[in-house]
Amino acid sequence: MDAIRTEALTKHYTVGFWRPRPYVALDGLTLQVEQGEVFGFLGPNGAGKTTTLKLLMQLIYPTSGHAEILGKPVGDVSVKRRIGYLPEQPYFYDYLTAGELLEYFAAIFGYGAAERRRRAAALLDEVGIGAERRLPLRKFSKGMLQRVGIAQALINEPELVFLDEPMSGLDPLGRREIRQLILRLRDRGSTVFFSSHVLADAETLCSRVAILAKGRLAAAGRLSDIVAFKVRGWELVVSSVTEAALADTRERGHLMSVTRLAEGRYALELPVTPPPEETTAALIARGATLVSLTPVRDTLEDFFVRKVSGAAGSRFSETA
Amino acid sequence: MRVIGHVAVNVFKESVRDKILYNLVVFAVLLMSVSYLIGELTAGQDVKIIKDLGLASISMFGLLIAIFIGIGLVWKEVEKRSIYTLLPKPMRRQEFLLGKYFGLVLTLVINVAVMTVAFYGVLAYMQAATPQNIRASWPAPATDPAMLKAIVLIILELLLVTAIALFFSTFSSPFLSAMMTMAVWVIGHFNEDLRNYGATISSPVAAALARGVYYVVPNFAAFDVKLQVVHAQSVPLRYLALTSLYGVTYVALVLVGAVIIFSKRDFK
Repeated sequence: MDAIRTEALTKHYTVGFWRPRPYVALDGLTLQVEQGEVFGFLGPNGAGKTTTLKLLMQLIYPTSGHAEILGKPVGDVSVKRRIGYLPEQPYFYDYLTAGELLEYFAAIFGYGAAERRRRAAALLDEVGIGAERRLPLRKFSKGMLQRVGIAQALINEPELVFLDEPMSGLDPLGRREIRQLILRLRDRGSTVFFSSHVLADAETLCSRVAILAKGRLAAAGRLSDIVAFKVRGWELVVSSVTEAALADTRERGHLMSVTRLAEGRYALELPVTPPPEETTAALIARGATLVSLTPVRDTLEDFFVRKVSGAAGSRFSETA
Repeated sequence: MRVIGHVAVNVFKESVRDKILYNLVVFAVLLMSVSYLIGELTAGQDVKIIKDLGLASISMFGLLIAIFIGIGLVWKEVEKRSIYTLLPKPMRRQEFLLGKYFGLVLTLVINVAVMTVAFYGVLAYMQAATPQNIRASWPAPATDPAMLKAIVLIILELLLVTAIALFFSTFSSPFLSAMMTMAVWVIGHFNEDLRNYGATISSPVAAALARGVYYVVPNFAAFDVKLQVVHAQSVPLRYLALTSLYGVTYVALVLVGAVIIFSKRDFK
């Protein structure tokens, strides 16, 4: 059984008052997410990621198509017991404290009073909310609200967690903590479906990804299939190099581009052949000092940019 | 039922923390100061004026809370996006909506109960402070329990107003919801006139329209027995029971309508 399965899931919105036209927010999304995997749902802003998540949470209804979560149609209350959801830029009741909010949600899941308190306290510890848990949520910063949002998504120890832009609003330390949290969820057997436009997060965490562009699925598959991680060049950073040495290297076809960095350093882009050791040795022999030599690989970002910029078509549907 | 209860308690908690219950202080101060002033100015009529004023204030304060909190119950959740975290929890949309409704009902009932206690407190004081010969001229004792009948019907009216405010708030902005709820309330108080409109005008279209509105809009005048209880006229229990049944049926119908609209709504 798949954790998530969608078939030709489509959502149109009507825009315009005098001349209403259907705007295609999501166009025929067919997707399978297996249990136990960390799945990255990627795409630029406005690609339809949040629309998909709202359809899966039945906050909106599809125009056509079908979606299932854990083998049952979306919106089934028995499935809702087994999932967690963090919406994009979550916002909660101003007048409650973080602890009260989590206990309220735990009550909806049917936990007893002692269990609610235990779960709320443990999760707030896990997401790094300390003494602030006794403050009303209106006093929370964006990053702290995001942490509370993640905690509430895990209140029922879900088998499947939906996270919409989980790193949004977090500082670098917070992002690292959430990355570790996602990996912990994976290790304990939960499926994590997270949307993001930050590709570095997906590259670190996901086993499989789907890329959405202009409401359509542009690509889906294993990260290792999408990005071959093949070396496609080298970046050599040197200092104390002379203009003459650079000109010679370029003439011999061993140099693709030069970027002048700060403090007399240069970043040189070298081809795969000849081996970079040769060019490096030649430059060192002419007085240059080696700073670093790094392979340039095909990244998810390259793939993403190719797919997203290649996505064509209007988002206004021809048919109503 | 369990989920409805948790949502309702949360609505009550919100109204307490938003200082909605401060209206009780305003009510108590108003009632006490007016009773003092009137006591200074009139003799014999003062208790009737206090009864009039007290019942009218209980009704007005309740009405303001029912409309202005009722119209925001759903709208605030959608506007502030807190509904996005709540609805994916194991609940049905109707449970959310009914929880919101009963939360405000709980707030209103507690509010009216406290106002009633304060009201009877002031009246008991007046009874004790008034000489026997003046008390003898009163049509009913100051702390006449018959006034509770008027208060029960005020509560029923508030239940209906809250349901109507909630109904409009499932698909409309707070401003429009407030306008429409108040319009229904005002029209509902002149419902009898609508029924007899046909006899006073010649246009059959206008008469049919008025009759149509008469059947759709609840008859709020039926819930108003304030004048009768203040003037010690009897309000039969049968009337109380039938009007209550009428009110509860209307509430149920309006809530069913609200649930149908809310269940189909997209939260973009």
